Amino acid sequence: MPTEQYTLKVRRFKPDEGEGPSGPYWQEFDVELDPTLSVLDGLLQAKDRVDGSLSVRCSCRAAICGSCGVKINGQSTLACLTQIGEAHEFANRAASAAGSPDAPQDAQVEGADVADGPEPVTVEPMGNMPVVKDLVTDMESTHWTKIRRVTPWLLDDGDPPERERIVPPESMVDITQTIACIQCGACVSACLSMEADPDFIGPAALAKAYRFVGDPRDVESRSRLYDLAQDPHGIYDCTHCFNCVDACPKGVAPMDQIMRLRRLAGHDEDIDDKNNGRRHETAFAKIIEKKGTLDESLLLQESYAQGVKGKLIPRPAAIKGLVTSLPTAVRGVRTGKMRSLPKLIPGVHEKLPDDAQDHVKRLYEHAEEHRTELNLYITGEEEVEPEPDEEELSQPEVSTGPKETE
Amino acid sequence: MKLAYWPGCVSRGFTPELHGSTALVADRLGIELVELDRANCCGAGVIAEHNQELADTLNARTFALAQQTGLAMMNICSTCQGAQSECQQRLDADSAYRAHINEALSGEGLEYVRDSDGWTNKNFLWVLVEEYGLDRLKEKVTRPLSGLRVGPFYGCYIIRPKHRLGYEEHPARDLYLERLIEALGGEVVDYDGARKCCGFPIVTMNRDTSLRQAGTHVGDALDEGADCLVTPCPLCHLNLDMQQPEAAKLVNRELGLAILHLPQLVGLALGYEPKELGMNKHIASTEWVGDRLSGVPV
Repeated sequence: MPTEQYTLKVRRFKPDEGEGPSGPYWQEFDVELDPTLSVLDGLLQAKDRVDGSLSVRCSCRAAICGSCGVKINGQSTLACLTQIGEAHEFANRAASAAGSPDAPQDAQVEGADVADGPEPVTVEPMGNMPVVKDLVTDMESTHWTKIRRVTPWLLDDGDPPERERIVPPESMVDITQTIACIQCGACVSACLSMEADPDFIGPAALAKAYRFVGDPRDVESRSRLYDLAQDPHGIYDCTHCFNCVDACPKGVAPMDQIMRLRRLAGHDEDIDDKNNGRRHETAFAKIIEKKGTLDESLLLQESYAQGVKGKLIPRPAAIKGLVTSLPTAVRGVRTGKMRSLPKLIPGVHEKLPDDAQDHVKRLYEHAEEHRTELNLYITGEEEVEPEPDEEELSQPEVSTGPKETE
Repeated sequence: MKLAYWPGCVSRGFTPELHGSTALVADRLGIELVELDRANCCGAGVIAEHNQELADTLNARTFALAQQTGLAMMNICSTCQGAQSECQQRLDADSAYRAHINEALSGEGLEYVRDSDGWTNKNFLWVLVEEYGLDRLKEKVTRPLSGLRVGPFYGCYIIRPKHRLGYEEHPARDLYLERLIEALGGEVVDYDGARKCCGFPIVTMNRDTSLRQAGTHVGDALDEGADCLVTPCPLCHLNLDMQQPEAAKLVNRELGLAILHLPQLVGLALGYEPKELGMNKHIASTEWVGDRLSGVPV
């Protein structure tokens, strides 16, 4: 494939230098390479041909070592895993939608070819970490400190066996997803909770925690879960934004592991954490069982002070939570947002019509009995083939396609 | 166009103006909505962390009810979209699992069928861009939002994770709000928070972290000169609008930015008055938006 011209717009920072710009600054580098080569290849070409002082950490160039974590066009990822042609196309599509005056104007239609636009590919150091120089961040003060926070080694029963500990393969399958982590820090860089709360233990460390909680040889699973549930910066500090899932180059899906930890802590181990995590989750599930749709007032009450049948059992932290939410409720009443009683009084919310609520309740019995947990990382997805007995049903009377809807 | 319609819980709870404005806008656009009044909560990711099979079963029930109408389904909540897409992915991925879930649904005479032609569940935003078409929408605009500076706020669930949300077929789904704002004649405000998290899912667990996120994004949009934000997610709306005065305290600055639901922004461009769209029910004043548009004749 012929080479193409690209511009890399790199966020640079030189510490403690007497000359040159102080503080971080942007610098553009023109590079020329095959579109299927990586952004890392582009950076190394710029370093080789333009400025040898450009710093980037890298080693294997094959998404194995996890050294070259950066932000490309704002997305946390590995520089070696991102093709420069695709990154260029992404930058130009985004610019065209944001109305950049430089962006090609024919790009308003979905799928339009914007690959030839003039927007540069931006490369920045990872987020949520101090920058050492240019694209090199200090992984020690954040990432590795947080990893050590979760006791990242096996805690066994203390009696070393004569030979290795034998476990059935199927009992280890569940944690292979977290074992795939290469400690690149891309998820930490992307974490939106950590942006708001730097003390959040974070996606990489919590995924690592699940690796041991889920290990059948570890004997401290419950105390690990208790610790992570009670910590105000632990498993209940994750906002469920999926940014770490998109950032992870290895499919670890750290957020999914955090949800597994919550499931184990709140349900299996019944840990009544002081963050109201378990209370919120069980109240939510119970309300849908009783009402079918969410009664927000009841959820607030139940998350802070449990007792559907009128007996309120608040905990000290919950009283504070309930009180701090009062001004918001008062404002809602004043604007008419929460004028009607069903929206204001916990428990007055209507349930589903006719026998629908009974059917929902029965679904609970079935699901509680089995509690199947399908992990597509492990099982994979079946190929989609037309199933003859399903085709009859699948022909909608009215398609949503634009042609038929005129 | 006729669609099975799942309004979600919040549009019938704390954001009634979302439900109302959707009805007005769909009517004006000629989109017929068949409301699924027997359907249940999507679980918002919370039920999935309690019991994954339960979340999948509850959503399979909603899908089956929609399939009974013979129509594709529409939702008006980013969180419904994300939570339901997650369950649909698992249901579609494994026929044995699907059969197991359908066994639970059989008591009500329901079955969720994986459709190889792609039975769809789309947020109103996706319906507008992919099915209705922005060119067709432009023709219906009677009051272009000229000069109105609008910041997009997507809500995490409708744009991530990319592998689950149909980007292979529709690669620009995380750019639709910008395109819609332009199609309605408004000006897109580029600010830091458009694709970040509003913080709502942890507002009862870590209020400070939650509201600091909401306050920061509203502040960033104000700094870029936004007149308002628009969001397809009523849960984001709760944190950005209803909690805005509390969020302001946490980021230690004055805020005061109107937060519009997606159909409200469309409704303004279609000529509806702010009050008809329930904009007077918001906590953060929407008067400024009305004032900006009052000079534009319908």
